[in-house]
Amino acid sequence: MGTAEAKTLPRSRSSDKSLPNGLLGMLIFILTEIMVFAALISAYLVARSSAEEWPPIDQPRLPVVATAFNTIILLSSGVFTYMANRAFFIPKQEAKACQLFLIAILLGSFFVLFQGYEWIGLIHYGLTMTSSPYGSFFYLIIGGHALHAIVAISIMVLAYRKMKQAVLTPSEFWTGQAFWYLVVGVWPILYYFVYLS
Amino acid sequence: MADTATKTEEAHSDHHDDHHHDQSFWSKYVFSTDHKVIGMQYMLTGVAMALIGGFMSYVFRMQLAFPDESVPFFGRVSSLEYNALVTNHGTIMIFWVAMPILIAAFGNFLIPLMCGCDDMVFPRINRLSYQVFLLSAVVLVISFFVPGGGFGGAWTAYPPLSANAEYSLTPMGSTLWILAVALEFVAFLMGGINFITTAMNARAKGMRMFDIPLVVWMIVIASILFMISVGPLIAGAIMLLLDQLVGTAFFNPFRGGDPILWQHLFWFFGHPEVYVVLLPALGIVGEIIPTFARKKFFGYKLALYTVFATGILSFVVWAHHQFIAGVDPRMVHLFTVTTLLISIPIAELCFLYIATLYGGSISFKTPMLWALAFVVEFLIGGVTGIHLGASGADIYMHDTYFVVAHFHYTFFPIAIIGFYAGITFWFPKWTGCMLNEFWGKVHFWLTIIPFNCIFIPLFILGMGGQHRRIYNHQHFSELATPEYQNLRIFATVSLIVMLLAQVIFFVNIILSLRKGKKAGKNPWKANTLEWTTESPPGHGNFKELPEVYRGPYEYSVPGRKEDYWPQDQKE
Repeated sequence: MGTAEAKTLPRSRSSDKSLPNGLLGMLIFILTEIMVFAALISAYLVARSSAEEWPPIDQPRLPVVATAFNTIILLSSGVFTYMANRAFFIPKQEAKACQLFLIAILLGSFFVLFQGYEWIGLIHYGLTMTSSPYGSFFYLIIGGHALHAIVAISIMVLAYRKMKQAVLTPSEFWTGQAFWYLVVGVWPILYYFVYLS
Repeated sequence: MADTATKTEEAHSDHHDDHHHDQSFWSKYVFSTDHKVIGMQYMLTGVAMALIGGFMSYVFRMQLAFPDESVPFFGRVSSLEYNALVTNHGTIMIFWVAMPILIAAFGNFLIPLMCGCDDMVFPRINRLSYQVFLLSAVVLVISFFVPGGGFGGAWTAYPPLSANAEYSLTPMGSTLWILAVALEFVAFLMGGINFITTAMNARAKGMRMFDIPLVVWMIVIASILFMISVGPLIAGAIMLLLDQLVGTAFFNPFRGGDPILWQHLFWFFGHPEVYVVLLPALGIVGEIIPTFARKKFFGYKLALYTVFATGILSFVVWAHHQFIAGVDPRMVHLFTVTTLLISIPIAELCFLYIATLYGGSISFKTPMLWALAFVVEFLIGGVTGIHLGASGADIYMHDTYFVVAHFHYTFFPIAIIGFYAGITFWFPKWTGCMLNEFWGKVHFWLTIIPFNCIFIPLFILGMGGQHRRIYNHQHFSELATPEYQNLRIFATVSLIVMLLAQVIFFVNIILSLRKGKKAGKNPWKANTLEWTTESPPGHGNFKELPEVYRGPYEYSVPGRKEDYWPQDQKE
């Protein structure tokens, strides 16, 4: 989108020191997203502290160990994204950057698919959106994160295609990465509050 | 890059020719990405919604003054319709009038012009922002006409009333209401990202942080506050929507939910929202007062630091809306202290405006009258807020008409006086014509006097214990006395006078556009960058992008022939 605009519309100037427009805009958006997740977590903590028993006795327990493995997958996807970013700015390393970025995307996709697989099991055992506040909050928070992950992966796939054709600008790459780092960075916090504590 | 250069040159070379583009009406005024056109679209939509919201207030004030009689142009008001009217009056005036006019319309128009650049940094996101906003307004208007009628659970939408159709009796209206509010937030998220990024990244050469005019700073800070505070409300709105549609029980106490939780999520947004709309209005006034007092703004940096402090404090006062909702008494004390603290920076800003006036050569043009009225009326709103912020007094006055009068004394100056101050000040720049001063002043007095006549009686009624959600006071013998009823009738008649007075404004605009004298580049002899270009500015705003040499308020500098010193003049 950024390049398309640059070709057709008069651009405003920005000084060399400041962040690129796209990245700054994305960071402001991420600020809002962080507040959304903070609100969800605090709402969850309020509901939990006022409940008599948590999780409710008739509700299934969450797969803590399997999700710990999945957490490592997601974190390593973030690391691969960062490595792809480093390779991207070294001359003649474009092919390596592409490979690393592809691994990051595949790991991220695996995370989402594995979460979906776990959900099928949980629904099978009777944890649904309406079964209890416990289930409602679980699907709201974890589902909200999954939606963000799907959007972020779609953005990364688009960026990957541009990278392959060598038309990806640094600003676009950073903008897409920033959103993925939000998805990766917020997950351990959600995992701690929803699964562990 | 070459493309960009030629485009810009084209835009600049055709400045003087109004008919240079072979654009159709649609591409020029409806699907344009130009920030001035989008600002105008926001302005007109906001004014149209203000007329709807004003009509609603007329209908329910008539019901209160003359209960159960048929209201002209509406008919008899049922209790459900009354609830829907009050709810949507509040919703419209805050989300579809104050926000689009003060932030989106003035932000779009002023930020690129005052920062000296040719457009917003994301012009297409800007256009999308308006289109989503228009859609949200349409959805809200549709919600009045669905089976069951519009949502009637008050603009704060407290559950369980808002979450369950068996309580609210508006199964479709309440869902469409949330949908409309959600779409509106999406629009302002996109707008806010644009405002902040443009002001940070696209300023004219030489414009340092503290050379930015106050109003731009205020809109930027308001956008940041909005971005931070809206997250919890988005989360809450999703939960409320799930409660309505999927059957979850986030806010239903019978199934393990917590209705107070919604109040926290709502007011964590709702209180900073007051400052989101207040700051642009303060900024507009901050531009007008130095211009018509011919004096440097007193304490420009101090004003900015004060606003930063206000912004931070505004996030820790929200529970003062919930003093009697059953929150922990220890928390109530804490929030009383923070609430009283926040009156300090706001009072400080008012003192800065008064200090700017002191010793100036003041001319009472229409914009200046509106600006001064803003300070005076907002002061009344702020002072009565202290009564409500102190938890001891609030327990008595909560949910009475005292609260209604208090927040109208804050929101009316913000949304209506702020709008008129801004529009009368920048109308010459926006259209190239001067507004008629005489009719402008007549309109001013016929708005300000009735405004006070509406809401001072409501203070008295509120002190008398009149609850704010009563549809017909005749049902309550202690409230149905003739003295109280006369106050209600007086307020309603004042409202009708005020609404009719707005006709003068629209006639004045139409006549001034037809016959008004030409404004020229700088009719008010002001300093900021928008006054250095043509009125109205052409596509691309400036012939040559300006360069900035000084701050925005260098009026009456000793040793200069003129009493103003535009930001882009080297000497």
